Amino acid sequence: MSSKSQEVEAILAQKYRHGFVTDIESDSLPPGLDEDVVAAISRKKHEPQFLLDWRLKAYRHWLTMQEPTWAHVHYKPIDYQDISYYSAPRAPANAPKSLDEVDPKLLATYAKLGIPLHERARLAGVAVDAVFDSVSVATTFKEKLSKAGVIFCSFSDAVRNHPQLIERYLGSVVPQGDNFFAALNSAVFSDGSFVYVPPGVRCPMELSTYFRINAAKTGQFERTLIVAAEGASVSYLEGCTAPMRDENQLHAAVVELVALDDAQIKYSTVQNWYPGDENGLGGIYNFVTKRGECRGRNSKISWTQVETGSAITWKYPSCILKGDNSIGEFYSVAVANNYQQADTGTKMIHIGRNTKSTIVSKGISAGHAENTYRGLVKILPSAAGARNFTQCDSLLMGPKCAAHTFPYMEVKNPTATVEHEASTSKIGEDQLFYCLQRGISAEDAVNMIVSGFCKVVFKELPMEFAVEAQNLLSVSLEGAVG
Amino acid sequence: MILLKITNLSARVAGKDILKGVNLEVRAGEVHAIMGPNGSGKSTLAQVLAGREDYEVTGGSVTYEGRDLLALPAEERARAGLFLGFQYPVEIPGVNNVYLLKAALNAKRKAAGEPEVDAYDFLALIRQKMKLMHMSESFLTRGVNEGFSGGEKKRNEILQMLVLEPKLAILDETDSGLDIDALKVVSAGVNSLRHPSRAVVLVTHYQRLLDYIVPDQVHVLSGGRILKSGDKSLAHELERRGYDWLLETQVA
Repeated sequence: MSSKSQEVEAILAQKYRHGFVTDIESDSLPPGLDEDVVAAISRKKHEPQFLLDWRLKAYRHWLTMQEPTWAHVHYKPIDYQDISYYSAPRAPANAPKSLDEVDPKLLATYAKLGIPLHERARLAGVAVDAVFDSVSVATTFKEKLSKAGVIFCSFSDAVRNHPQLIERYLGSVVPQGDNFFAALNSAVFSDGSFVYVPPGVRCPMELSTYFRINAAKTGQFERTLIVAAEGASVSYLEGCTAPMRDENQLHAAVVELVALDDAQIKYSTVQNWYPGDENGLGGIYNFVTKRGECRGRNSKISWTQVETGSAITWKYPSCILKGDNSIGEFYSVAVANNYQQADTGTKMIHIGRNTKSTIVSKGISAGHAENTYRGLVKILPSAAGARNFTQCDSLLMGPKCAAHTFPYMEVKNPTATVEHEASTSKIGEDQLFYCLQRGISAEDAVNMIVSGFCKVVFKELPMEFAVEAQNLLSVSLEGAVG
Repeated sequence: MILLKITNLSARVAGKDILKGVNLEVRAGEVHAIMGPNGSGKSTLAQVLAGREDYEVTGGSVTYEGRDLLALPAEERARAGLFLGFQYPVEIPGVNNVYLLKAALNAKRKAAGEPEVDAYDFLALIRQKMKLMHMSESFLTRGVNEGFSGGEKKRNEILQMLVLEPKLAILDETDSGLDIDALKVVSAGVNSLRHPSRAVVLVTHYQRLLDYIVPDQVHVLSGGRILKSGDKSLAHELERRGYDWLLETQVA
């Protein structure tokens, strides 16, 4: 073993010391779920009593719930007793030791996405120099954030160091019993991120920058909580354009956002988990609950998502517009190729007066994929002067895919304005031929047409990610036409 | 030099025979007009030459600069200098006009082993050509044909042609839907491209266009064949007498 990798080992060991207890003989629990397992997870993480009680309450509620069947997705029943609910994030024994051992196809994809060399190893699961390199950079970022008073840490660290904030905000947007997958997550969540931006502070950097370098393997039940206090603002980017290796098939994350008076949260997601092969085998099931609450007046929450991965995506980032004049936004590009299934959309719940919401959804289907937009705009009687604009566009590539749109609207205040526009178009043979006739290759033409279609959403992404997202789209749709 | 030679070309669309043995020779430096009644196969001929896949060639041959044109995919025909001005230019929402045009020019340059065009030079070039086509600056920021009027779309086609400088331009009813001022602008654009090394094939219904772009030869296409060829006086005769007399001679 080289001295460098010994250093790496040392650093990894340190992480263990801080994050995980060593007095347990095994790093993972056997498959199965009962109250003992929930208690064991909490104990391993040295959680305070309130959190254990919270988890158990969620678990008991989960037992009374049925897995939802209303989404337009099909999969074999999941055996929840066949899953291991805790494993320490260590490098698995069969992980590649160097890039030479990584599937060349994966490396080619990284190259196409323009992923820097030093990041490729980490993404491919080769936990060597990449992690080592980024430690110092991450430290610099950490200093910058703490100077501004921003708390940004793993969920476990937050439980230990800021229990009062966790107790106050956890579950305040997505209650334990909200839905089947959220309840499961609440009982067994492994780790995730916590962000608190204090009053009047504008977070000095895109949290994406930090996150991309420092992202740890957070497991299949991720929990994220972001709180922007009065007048604070933050932009957070989750995920990565590169395909992530992951052994867990089921992912059920929960993300909660809280924006107090005059606060703004911008949450961007680029999701590119393994979608399964071209025959639909394998692939991640992504059942996510994401919700933000504009709790204070004049607050704003904006969701932007580019979803290209996963075999099944079940995801509805939503906004509860409680504060007067608060604003909710949802910008989405969902791509489904081969046998992928995506059922995604948003809910905008207008409670406060003069609340505004904007929904722009772009669905792209290719191969045998099914792509569904499901959205709810609900205007409560209290929401005088509320306004919503919804635009749902679908693009079909090839004859075997499908797009579905289910927009629901419940308007209970007569002063509200609700607008809805929808379109479905085929990637026109005409458009393609037009480009070919100008000498542009089929591949470039498809990229051009698709990115034109998605332009309004990409504009909402942090700059450097907009470019990557565009590349990602072209890789995801490779071979879909022509 | 013979730029384009069509020999006994037949083609079908959706199972229906449209071209039934077309013969045509176009030399460098020439302008040809192809006229004929609706449904005679004019647009089909243009699409087949440009390489549209859902048009099936069932017989005959086409050479372009001595090469087998039909063996080339559409994008290679374009890069080799064949340009089709579309009758109904398609809208591509969100894709910037200038971006598409730059990609097209670079594809052509790359095929010719030339370096990509410098962004500054390109902008200067496109501004100059836009002026010639009486197009406003706002065009630079708009999507490809997005929300363009019929006339704007046709001008845009000619602008693309001027930038790409094709050896063989096939203009499919570029004059339809143009008012007289726009027709003059478009014609001036086409005439500015005329050169001893280039050729233009105009597909049109109306003699009017030929007052501005004077052809060397006029052909009448009907029922999938060229019934008659002549000089520009043939266009005037058609204007006066319609197509029926030709069709009758054919039957007789």
